[in-house]
Amino acid sequence: MRYGGKSVDYTELNRGLLAVLPEILLLVLGFIVIGSDLFLGEARKRALGWLSMIGLIGALVVVGVQTAPLLGADADVRPALGNMVRVDLTVQLFRIMFGVAAALTCLISMDFKPLKQSGEFYGLVIFATLGMNMMAAANNIIMLYVALETTSITLYLLAGYLRESPRSSEAGMKYFLFGAFTSTILLYGLSLIYGFTGQTEYGAVVKALGALGPAGTPPTFVALVLVLVGFGFKVAAVPFHMWTPDVYEGAPTPITAFVSVASKAAGFAVLVRVFLLMFAPIQNQWVGLVAGLSLLTMTLGNVLAIPQRNLKRMLAYSSIAQAGYVLIGVAAVGELGVAAVLFYLAVYVLTNVAAFAVVEVVTNVMGTENLYEMAGLSRRSFGLALGMMLAMLSLGGVPPLAGFFAKFYIFQAAISNGLVWLAVAGVLNSIVALYYYLVVIRVIFVDPSKGEETPAAIPFTLRAGLVLCSVGILFLGVFVTPWYNLATRAAQTLINGL
Amino acid sequence: MYSTFPFLSIITFAPAVTAVILLLLPRDKTTLIKVLALIATGISLALAIVVFFAYDQSKALDPATQYQFQERVWWVYSLGISYHVGASGINLPMILLTGIVAFGGVMISWGITDRTREFFAFFLLLVAGVFGVFVSLDLFLLFFFYEFSIFPMYILIATWGSTRKEYAAMKLTLYILVGSIVALVGLLAVYFSANRQAMGLPPDQIGTFDLLSLMKGDIPIEVQRVWFLPVFLGFGVLAGIWPFHSWSPDGHVAAPTAVSMIHAGVLMKLGAYAALTVGVMVMPQAAREQLPFVILLVLVNVVYGASIAMTQRDFKYVIGFSSVSHMGLVTMGFATLNQVGLNGAVMQMFSHGVMTALFFTVVGLVYDRAHTRDIPSLGGMAKVLPAAAIAFVIGGLVSMGMPGLSGFVAELQIFLGVWQGPAGASYAWYPWIALISATGIVITAAYVLRVTWKVFFGEYDEHKWHEMRPANILDKTALTMFCAAMIVLGLYPPLMMNMIQAGTAPLVRLLGG
Repeated sequence: MRYGGKSVDYTELNRGLLAVLPEILLLVLGFIVIGSDLFLGEARKRALGWLSMIGLIGALVVVGVQTAPLLGADADVRPALGNMVRVDLTVQLFRIMFGVAAALTCLISMDFKPLKQSGEFYGLVIFATLGMNMMAAANNIIMLYVALETTSITLYLLAGYLRESPRSSEAGMKYFLFGAFTSTILLYGLSLIYGFTGQTEYGAVVKALGALGPAGTPPTFVALVLVLVGFGFKVAAVPFHMWTPDVYEGAPTPITAFVSVASKAAGFAVLVRVFLLMFAPIQNQWVGLVAGLSLLTMTLGNVLAIPQRNLKRMLAYSSIAQAGYVLIGVAAVGELGVAAVLFYLAVYVLTNVAAFAVVEVVTNVMGTENLYEMAGLSRRSFGLALGMMLAMLSLGGVPPLAGFFAKFYIFQAAISNGLVWLAVAGVLNSIVALYYYLVVIRVIFVDPSKGEETPAAIPFTLRAGLVLCSVGILFLGVFVTPWYNLATRAAQTLINGL
Repeated sequence: MYSTFPFLSIITFAPAVTAVILLLLPRDKTTLIKVLALIATGISLALAIVVFFAYDQSKALDPATQYQFQERVWWVYSLGISYHVGASGINLPMILLTGIVAFGGVMISWGITDRTREFFAFFLLLVAGVFGVFVSLDLFLLFFFYEFSIFPMYILIATWGSTRKEYAAMKLTLYILVGSIVALVGLLAVYFSANRQAMGLPPDQIGTFDLLSLMKGDIPIEVQRVWFLPVFLGFGVLAGIWPFHSWSPDGHVAAPTAVSMIHAGVLMKLGAYAALTVGVMVMPQAAREQLPFVILLVLVNVVYGASIAMTQRDFKYVIGFSSVSHMGLVTMGFATLNQVGLNGAVMQMFSHGVMTALFFTVVGLVYDRAHTRDIPSLGGMAKVLPAAAIAFVIGGLVSMGMPGLSGFVAELQIFLGVWQGPAGASYAWYPWIALISATGIVITAAYVLRVTWKVFFGEYDEHKWHEMRPANILDKTALTMFCAAMIVLGLYPPLMMNMIQAGTAPLVRLLGG
């Protein structure tokens, strides 16, 4: 077969298709879910949640199988599909995180009362996951942009999914407006890079930028600032965080969980790849910038989280602050930094989903999102209170939970790269943060309340979600080595792989 | 020396595992819960005693056998983090102290009725964290347990405490966290600057947190000079070093009795112990240069703490400030940098731990019955609580440094050490420090006698006090245990001092004494 004057290399094509096999499966799964919606009665549409979850787990198994050959020293990480994607260990770890986050989201969506169960909802979650996977795997700025838009547009729809709720519609609209705006800025930055280098593939851009020397030139600085704005929006870094509290508050709670973990992790997937790989030659231009952004993000996030009374808003600011810590890992460049980022994000995915699952139960049972009305929760359901406590303590970085190691690795990476001031700022910030996490625990365990003797009923799906997350948080805290070794190995291939 | 039987792990994890078991039990089985808690702390205490007497002191001077009962398992190999525990002459007294206070703490908490299960679970977690710090030979592990013990403390005070409990719990938590985290940054600076060749690191490890390796790590003097004080004072926050002490009286007062005991009795030693291990042992050169100035801070502790205790109306605040004063003597002992002073400091940690546990027990007994801690309105408590009165008098005598009791053994050596000054260097102010801080002892005598007289021997008002029940057998057992420890060690100090000497001798050699 001839196409465009060239003969098709089938081995190469097969290799490429295999590289994106998880995404192909997700695409098929999405259509199956949406299609079966037509044949199911209202009462049985909840089954679509299980179908999506099982499908996502299936895709995760495929990712797992594909990961095994990548662990070796001679792993094949050449770009595939006409240099559009590149699958290495880092990509696989991100795919695992996105898959786990999406599966957990489906699990906790099934008993979210305000949500009308439909194939469309689960389909959108699956397509968003597909977009995120492609963001991580992209090896070309055009692919990157397309993947980013796939993710963003599905997430805008999901944020505004509760059509009857004005707050949800507002969230969707706000998310869309901010997103569209920053996305054009990002596109402008990417087009400048193309303009300066004449290349769209990461590797080729690196070579072209390498010729400029580590200080770069003023135009490259402009380009990378514009790109940083785009990514800053995705990870909710200050000052591009304005959408976060409103969207988190208005969106359906499971989607808030999904946006706060998967979308943020996807933002970091591209941030790590583009900055640590593509912009590596002009490092001196951006390390200070990212460090400053990190300081601003964690400080403002933590300070603004303290006065919040709405639990979802508080968690929104907390997640802004968490992004600040991860940015420390990015600013620390090097292997330790990337490994720390990968470890941190995995822990963060489990922890934040657990926290939002508790919020969901509380909203269902008590009909309020007000933090102070959660008083006496420990007497209504000790298990639920315990789950929330684990999540809060892990976010705060208290041993023996996984969050402790996550923060530790981040600060260690910063100090190894000479960013002692940033590490100090980070640790001071984590103390400020512990204050508001402890307030939540105090309210749950200490404060008295009315009607605290009525036990809270927790649906099976949420119970399962919480148990899975809690076990994960404890497991990553006690057996840190397996995931950390994977992250270190991934970081090595990312830094030295090109 | 590695141990075939995991003594130290069982000591540490018996309470932790029991805590988890308690949370799984039905909440109305309160007696079972309390008995399990008593058994768990009993196991730890019994093994602590076994280890204390089984430690081979004759081998303590040889660096290879100084740490005995070691256990080691890699945790994160590439970063050089391991689960490494071991016992030496310095931490064994602390392990024993923790065992005694925890066991006593469970006994005197028998009357807890509000959410009993959760109380004992958190209490045991706290105890496990404290044991963990004392047995750790890996500094990361030490830090891990240190942070781990702060959180149950917060819950215990905020839930079961009294008198501005939320304020005190939060204040305490934030103070200790700020300190520990500053110390963590210092620890990381040491980690990255240690000499790989000198420590014999394999090439696939970035560094090591192992105490024994880091002590051989030739930390550059510039790094030591910058980071010694942050580390020492960072942990010193928990030892109540002035001006970072203000969390301590508030925290002690707000905490429920058993937690006050652990808190003042053991946790403050945790700070001192961590400052000694991470600060002095890893950065001895800087310690030699800078501790002679730190002694000026702790002089304030000794005199000012005692003076403030003198003016308190609240019974529990008196004890709280007396802890600030006595813990100042511990740090002062460290700052002497000589054998006698260090011996005294470690002895003081043990003696003060038991004494304070006793004091808080007595305060708790009085408060449970009288429902007030206002000293002027109390009086004649010896009539209803004779055992408590006797115990308080003995504790008071220890506090004043009366010969024949453990406090005398400790304080005499500290003052001798201060008078003598650091080995091989002369600082003009050391004798003056000894003179001025001796006034602290006089003030201590004054407030102890005042409180004893007012509370126990003043006039007993028949109409004012109702339902004054006598102390129960468990309370009395706990008090007897504390008194016995102080009297035995006062009459026969070598029982403890030989052990401490075995622990401090290598340290003094490290400090060039």
